[in-house]
Amino acid sequence: MTDSDPVRLYRTVRLIRRFEERAIELVDAGEIVGGIHPYLGQEGVAAGVCAALAADDLVTGTHRGHGHVLAKGADPARMLAELCGRVTGLNRGRGGSMHAADFGVGVLGANAIVGAAGAILTGAVWERRRRGGDIVGATFFGDGAVNEGMLLEAFNLAALWRVPVLFVCENNGWATTMPVAGAVAGTVAGRAAAFGMPAAAVDGQDPEAVREVTAAAVARMRAGGGPELIEAHTYRFDAHHTFEHRVRLDYRPPQEVAAGRSRDPVDIQGARLPPAVRAEVDAAVEAVLAAAVDFALAGPHPDPATALDHLYASGLTARTGGG
Amino acid sequence: MPRLSYRRALTRALADEMTRDESVVVLGEDIRVAAANVTTGLLKRFGPDRVRDTPLSEQAFTSFATGAALAGARPVVEFQIPSLLFLVFEQIVNHAHKFPLMTGGQCAVPVTYLVPGSGSRTGWAGQHSDHPYALFAHVGVTTVVPATPADAYGLLVSAIRCDDPVVVFAPAGALDLRADVSDLTPVPLGRGVVRRPGDDVTVVAVGHLVHDALAVADELADQASVEVFDPRTLYPFDWDGLVESVGRTGRLVVVDDGNRSCGIAGEIVATVVERVRLAAPPRRVTRPDGAVLPFAPALDRAVQPGRDQLAAAIQLTLKDG
Repeated sequence: MTDSDPVRLYRTVRLIRRFEERAIELVDAGEIVGGIHPYLGQEGVAAGVCAALAADDLVTGTHRGHGHVLAKGADPARMLAELCGRVTGLNRGRGGSMHAADFGVGVLGANAIVGAAGAILTGAVWERRRRGGDIVGATFFGDGAVNEGMLLEAFNLAALWRVPVLFVCENNGWATTMPVAGAVAGTVAGRAAAFGMPAAAVDGQDPEAVREVTAAAVARMRAGGGPELIEAHTYRFDAHHTFEHRVRLDYRPPQEVAAGRSRDPVDIQGARLPPAVRAEVDAAVEAVLAAAVDFALAGPHPDPATALDHLYASGLTARTGGG
Repeated sequence: MPRLSYRRALTRALADEMTRDESVVVLGEDIRVAAANVTTGLLKRFGPDRVRDTPLSEQAFTSFATGAALAGARPVVEFQIPSLLFLVFEQIVNHAHKFPLMTGGQCAVPVTYLVPGSGSRTGWAGQHSDHPYALFAHVGVTTVVPATPADAYGLLVSAIRCDDPVVVFAPAGALDLRADVSDLTPVPLGRGVVRRPGDDVTVVAVGHLVHDALAVADELADQASVEVFDPRTLYPFDWDGLVESVGRTGRLVVVDDGNRSCGIAGEIVATVVERVRLAAPPRRVTRPDGAVLPFAPALDRAVQPGRDQLAAAIQLTLKDG
């Protein structure tokens, strides 16, 4: 079952947009330590892909991963509490922005190592399929990841063993400060072709377009097809990381930023709704996030004595570091 | 009593656990034909959905195992060459090991990494002869180095059943051992064993070096009563068992086939001197700092801990203090 309702798709992009803006406020207020990699501008990709997935399908995200986790259905309040390092967070304050995970909604984690999650998701989908059922997975990565050997190895394994994984490249043009032209020989789609994987390019700023191309790929994969790749052309509206709000790095021409920002997925999807409906959704999202901020800031800080809880699933306890 | 080889003990452990638990799967290079002579017969018995021969993509199939574990499998990943662990160190440490804590306890990653043929195989030279178990102890991944066929069986079974990642080093120097084994049972992780009781000095020996230590203890029998302690698991280490032994003997020598700096021998010495007042300075016999095993057999042997070095270290420790 997939969600083609334009209102719900708008709600997701709007939720991610406002979540990120509220999170940046909390970074500035010192409530989120370590900063975040804002997903601003790329909301249409996570929203469109996840709208075409079923509840028990699996997803892995990236260091710029808030959108993926939210779009797959994680509770924004517990997500924000995680960013604030509270025990009420998705990961009990142990993961933070770059490792947010919610296994309950099929998010096997944002992953902070570029290109690392593709093979993990391939293994997870393979095992679920081995146990029966027709689940599929989607793994998000940026244009910077297409030069990581382990991701290309994952392309090969998934294609070789026909594991139904959708490789979603969010090509926002920049790997931190490195432009695609300075880093990528050949093309993203060409990498898929090399492994015999179908590849489709899509306008990542259009949530409906992303949902449609994903739904078609997912239908083929559920029917027994192997992995596919989607290259979503998108644009990062804000910094690579919020540290750039303090330290200005000169790498993106202002004209490029302005052009990129002019194609806003929130506006593109919002324009498909009657203004009154859009306003209603906006108000509902504001209420959700106001409650999320309250919930996040009210959550208890973890007890330092529990710092290494969950280190070992087996119950093993580590020696302490003191003299 | 039946004679069991070390390799067949590993095979039996895999087959028994695969029979007992459908979630156990085996991945690795050339495992369908058992190139390392461990996965013999498993493909025919359990089929390709559970015995999966992989392309030469160590990083991908190591993380593939992590993902399969997140979805409920208990994968065993075989590496024919110990140095491949350097290639997948990132996948094991940064992902498999860290996921349970980073997710706040949402998951377990019960993967076993099996290295049949760790350390020198004589003539395999620089890139096929490492013994990097201390690296995994350093990062806190459960690490076992069975010395005997019975322990090879029992520790591999326990590794597979463990809810955390476990690296099983099966030293090349022990693979050809055979022993009378009456009872194949799981061996608990983190529990050492006294292989030879003694009164004057405790020798901690890792993996295949247990057998060298026993031989040296016999050679020195008319000079000293040497106790040989086999930790079996390097992380978590059986500190209480070792402290009990050294508390009796008052002297410590460690023989370890790892490089000297930051090796497991250094950790063993440090922990013992924190807890026990020794009668003499402790000693360790290891590979040299930064060792790369040279090809020529005499050079290969020269870099590994030798029995003569161990005997000399024991004698020095007995003479001191």
